[in-house]
Amino acid sequence: MNARLLPYVLILPVTLFLCLFFLYPFVLVAKQAFTTGAGATLDNFREVVSYWKFPISLRNTLLLAVAVVPIQLALSLLMATMVTRMEKGRDMVLYIWTIPLGISDLAAGLIWLAIFEQSGFLNSMLHGVGIVDKPVNLLTFQNPGIVFVAIMLAEIWRATAIMLVILVAGIGLIPKEYYEAAEVFGASPWKRFLRITLPMLRPSLQTALVLRVIMAFEVFAVVAALGGTLFPVLMGETYAYQFDLLNSGAAAAMALIILAISIAATLVILRALRVPKRATI
Amino acid sequence: MTYARKMLGAASGLALLVAAGAAQADVLFWSTQANPVEEQQAMRDQVLSGHDDAVDYQSNELGPWITRLEAELQADSGTIGLLGALHGNFSAMDPENLVDLGDMGVMSASDTFNDLAKLGTDSMQYMPWMQASYIMAANREALHYLPEGADIDALTYDQLIEWAANAHEAAGEPKFGFPAGPKGLKHRFFQGYLYPSYTNGVVRTFASDKAVTAWEKFRELWAHTNPGSTNFSFMQEQLLSGDAWIVFDHTSRLANAFNERPDDFVAFPAPAGPEGRGFMPVLAGVAIPRTAPDMEASKALIAHLMKPETQIATLKATSFFPVVDVDLPDDLPPSVKAAGDAVAKMSGSADANPGLLPAGLGDKGGDFNRVYVDTFERIVLAGQPIEAVLQDQKTRLEAIMNETGAPCWAPDAPSEGACPVE
Repeated sequence: MNARLLPYVLILPVTLFLCLFFLYPFVLVAKQAFTTGAGATLDNFREVVSYWKFPISLRNTLLLAVAVVPIQLALSLLMATMVTRMEKGRDMVLYIWTIPLGISDLAAGLIWLAIFEQSGFLNSMLHGVGIVDKPVNLLTFQNPGIVFVAIMLAEIWRATAIMLVILVAGIGLIPKEYYEAAEVFGASPWKRFLRITLPMLRPSLQTALVLRVIMAFEVFAVVAALGGTLFPVLMGETYAYQFDLLNSGAAAAMALIILAISIAATLVILRALRVPKRATI
Repeated sequence: MTYARKMLGAASGLALLVAAGAAQADVLFWSTQANPVEEQQAMRDQVLSGHDDAVDYQSNELGPWITRLEAELQADSGTIGLLGALHGNFSAMDPENLVDLGDMGVMSASDTFNDLAKLGTDSMQYMPWMQASYIMAANREALHYLPEGADIDALTYDQLIEWAANAHEAAGEPKFGFPAGPKGLKHRFFQGYLYPSYTNGVVRTFASDKAVTAWEKFRELWAHTNPGSTNFSFMQEQLLSGDAWIVFDHTSRLANAFNERPDDFVAFPAPAGPEGRGFMPVLAGVAIPRTAPDMEASKALIAHLMKPETQIATLKATSFFPVVDVDLPDDLPPSVKAAGDAVAKMSGSADANPGLLPAGLGDKGGDFNRVYVDTFERIVLAGQPIEAVLQDQKTRLEAIMNETGAPCWAPDAPSEGACPVE
């Protein structure tokens, strides 16, 4: 086969797949968002944005992303450096750390609900060691802070591994020579991390952050399980429009708003972590 | 080439198999009801196994249920033989998409239900299938704290609040439980119980002075309500765990508590307010989509479901009561006995003020519910001033009523044209 054509032939199946199952439905959704029975209009967007819960759910979604992603970034960097230093049992640790990846997010939410509920594990434990006289109700409308922290914990537990996996792969690609050279010049481990690992890891960081931030804007099941109706997020509102109100137009409009936010965040991350031209590893 | 030919052969063989399978397929019963796994199994083993044809019973959440149905309707070709869903789900559909069932020769024993099932047309669009209601249930432990002189079968809202307060004090934590979670049926409490009991209306009286009183009373009750209620959707769980002692919910969402520990709990009628004892039925129906592959088989299945013995089997399987006249046997599960007694006392009480399910709202049923849920969240959870919230939410309710043109339903006084919000 013609060597120049080969790459295109190889990506053809994926391209077709994406066109059929992503691009085509996307066009349909976009069409739905911009039309009502009466033709092309912005009514759907006006409707969802003017609903009193929209600002709250937008704020909650962004707040959650801002609170969770930096912690996950730090954690996954720490975990990735630890894993790469390990001589023995490296695979084992990696497997265990990535278990949450294999669990659906609703299941993850339910696991944490079982911990935080009034008759949950945390309460039984506190009660058992005598810190509280009787089970305390933690996830209530009076304690929005605790609800938020519970959701944060569940999200951190559930989705740090996806960044970890990408970063471990990225660290593996950094040539050892850099570290050896730095050691020769007497750079401390911290300095080596700052001056070698972080800059060389930029492409992986980019990927990991983009993936994670997009996931953060789509957060839904964990929040629904732990927060109930107390912590509205954008995706939950989208679900409500589609399935409670049977208003596909409004749901499509919400989906496009989430998409717009995701694209904006992606562009910011790509720009902030761009690899200068001709600089390669 | 031989390889390609082999593949082709295999593919065509497979296609033949699939086609043959489709030709003699079972009737697909596509339902939103009897969704818990045990209930699905009971539907298959006890209710549908008695039918001559094999039935493939599939129960789903509302979302996937609608998605598949819409896809089949849009494609003008389908595999679903029979739909099972709530009145509200059917009324959200275009009646054109459902086959007329007026000439079936069977119908429910209730004229009200048969009328509701016409969905505003001249002929029944779905067949009333089974019914339930919402009741109260309590842990026997809580009975010690009943206010003096209160009759549990004829409680008022004031007595309920006092009872909840006593229980709160005795237990040291609020013990009233309310299904205010994401899947909870709280909107039905406001539409069918609180509003009718206090205002003798649902739509007309939405923002009236009496409604203000109703919400003030509900706020009082909320002070003794387990604050975790915003996560509760099936109150049987909190009854069993002891997180709540006195609860309100759908009969089938309380069933497990009574079946697992029948001696620990009591069921009783909903309380009464100044305007009587408001309550509301739950009505599930079956319908045939216009794309059903085999109309005769679908109709035969409906006829089977409406037989008295099938209705009793359905009652045992799902805790939903028959809609035709039947003699109930003695060997009913505890949940059914408890719920049946409570419902009978509720509808037989001197001050009964039965309401109807919202009708004529079309696909705005969800928006209608949202008005009540939002009102609750703003007044009770966010603590906003009652009058202001009601005035604000009233405009949304008015818009929905005017857009759909739905006339008033009981207990609201009848209206010419769209039901007005006064």
